[in-house]
Amino acid sequence: MKGNEALAEAAIRAGCKCFFGYPITPQTEVAAYFAKKLPKVGGTFLQAESEVAAINMVYGAAAAGVRTMTSSSSPGISLKTEGISYICGADLPCVIINVQRGGPGLGGIQPSQADYFQATRALGHGDSRVIVFAPSSVQEMVNVVNKAFNLADTYRMPAMILADGLLGQMMEPVEFPETEVESFDKPWATTGHGNVREHNIANSLYLKPEVLEKSILDRAKRYEDIENNHTEAECYLTDDAEIVVCAYGATARICKSAVNAARAKGIKAGLFRPVTVWPYPKKELVKASANAKSLLTVEMSTGQMIEDVKLAIECKKPVYFCGRTGGIIPTPAEVLAEIELRVKEGV
Amino acid sequence: MSVVFSKPHALTDAVLHYCPGCTHGIIHRLVAEVIDEMGIEGDTIGVCPVGCSVMAYDYFNCDMIEAAHGRAPAVATGVKRALPDKFVFTYQGDGDVAAIGTAETVHAAARGENIVIVFVNNTTYGMTGGQMAPTTLPGQITQTTPFGRDTAVNGFPVRVVEMLSTLSGTALAARTAVDTVPHVRETKKMIRKAFENQKNKAGFSVIEVLSTCPTNWGMSPVDALTRLREDMIPYYPLGVYKDADIHNSPEVK
Repeated sequence: MKGNEALAEAAIRAGCKCFFGYPITPQTEVAAYFAKKLPKVGGTFLQAESEVAAINMVYGAAAAGVRTMTSSSSPGISLKTEGISYICGADLPCVIINVQRGGPGLGGIQPSQADYFQATRALGHGDSRVIVFAPSSVQEMVNVVNKAFNLADTYRMPAMILADGLLGQMMEPVEFPETEVESFDKPWATTGHGNVREHNIANSLYLKPEVLEKSILDRAKRYEDIENNHTEAECYLTDDAEIVVCAYGATARICKSAVNAARAKGIKAGLFRPVTVWPYPKKELVKASANAKSLLTVEMSTGQMIEDVKLAIECKKPVYFCGRTGGIIPTPAEVLAEIELRVKEGV
Repeated sequence: MSVVFSKPHALTDAVLHYCPGCTHGIIHRLVAEVIDEMGIEGDTIGVCPVGCSVMAYDYFNCDMIEAAHGRAPAVATGVKRALPDKFVFTYQGDGDVAAIGTAETVHAAARGENIVIVFVNNTTYGMTGGQMAPTTLPGQITQTTPFGRDTAVNGFPVRVVEMLSTLSGTALAARTAVDTVPHVRETKKMIRKAFENQKNKAGFSVIEVLSTCPTNWGMSPVDALTRLREDMIPYYPLGVYKDADIHNSPEVK
């Protein structure tokens, strides 16, 4: 199954009832799949007039208490950030997919990981965060969709699936796990009060600074809870690794090949792959790099996640960078050469 | 003692923040009276975006959503698609409907989205202190047109309901005013019809209400009503521009 279609199927199985989107390469199959399948299960697919409208439709549907999502690619996500900030401010749950392509501006349509800063730090103005999953296979994309909805509903906030054009367009065998859709009480939803309760308000406006600060601090406590309890990472051959390669998404698979090739040459290399990039699995990385002399971050960008790697290990070890950008995918040979260089140089 | 006049139930007890003499209070009341009379408060969700109505979520007793500037029709679409049997209305100003939110407005109408837009046109950005709006009249002095709106520089006002009446998805497009008792009554009649349309799943309804902004116009409330009558109505003629049940029209497949 194609990555983009698998994402959509997984979302329908997770109980997504309303999808609002706008066409943009390389994620359009997500919308096309929803258009075909969602009406058959009593859901709503709607092609909006813009990305801005699509995310605001998500805002409305989320306020109305249903599982809802949107999907886009880099330039489209930039347009959605206004709405995402309002959704964060109104404490509403939803899922957003970014199938990243090259940027800035219109950039290109080939795979990229250059939206890492945006995804982990800047999906909207104000003190707001979004839970971000960075799967590295079609199967994992399927697996994280349900988790994303559950965490979004638990913490009343958006969750993002940060994919890239490679994963979105890739075809792989995939299994859909039998999962029951968890039901969440949503007493806050604006569904019409039915004359049985006070009116509900979905709102992000607080003109009194004391009240606004309190709402932000309350949210920050939830963010802290997520940071403490919901980080996820894969550690591959890191126990004895003298060099730990850090990569996420499709790039991590390339790095795994490079790590295997390095091991075949007798180099003790390992791979650290964050599955959540916000919250960043800092503790897991510290543990995974305990015996390492250096770390090597590999990204399809000019180096963005490298900042989180340095923060996680508090810059106690050298962190090198290797990457390609603008739609070019690094090869295992390139990564292997970099591993060899850094190991040979020593520290 | 018998009560001969009271506040509609659909309005809360909150004190409105609107300036003295502003006609928002009348329009709020009309919307609330219609909700009361139709008995739909428990099934209604209102969406109020940025502008003078930004705090209207505190004034209406039904469930309320505060939306980003211009995005109310999109937010209302999301609610309506999730809850098709509920009543959904937006309450928006001229900058919201006809400048920053033009796309959302036009496409909600084009889709025949089964919602009601109450569009308050007072020819200025009231909340931010009286700047030029898309509906500011030629020659009108505002904070950002200090020498009067020059159409050679700022272009021309947007006649919203005329424009929306050309779209097949629009069921009802009407312009009313709140300067006189007969006009206030007509406004209520149109708002009621818009909500009835929603009940009958007839399509998209927009009621443009010509309103005053004494504070930013620099006028007394009485002079403001005179301006509405003498300057605004000639440029924005009152009337019903479209009235159709789009879902029973031959165009619907």
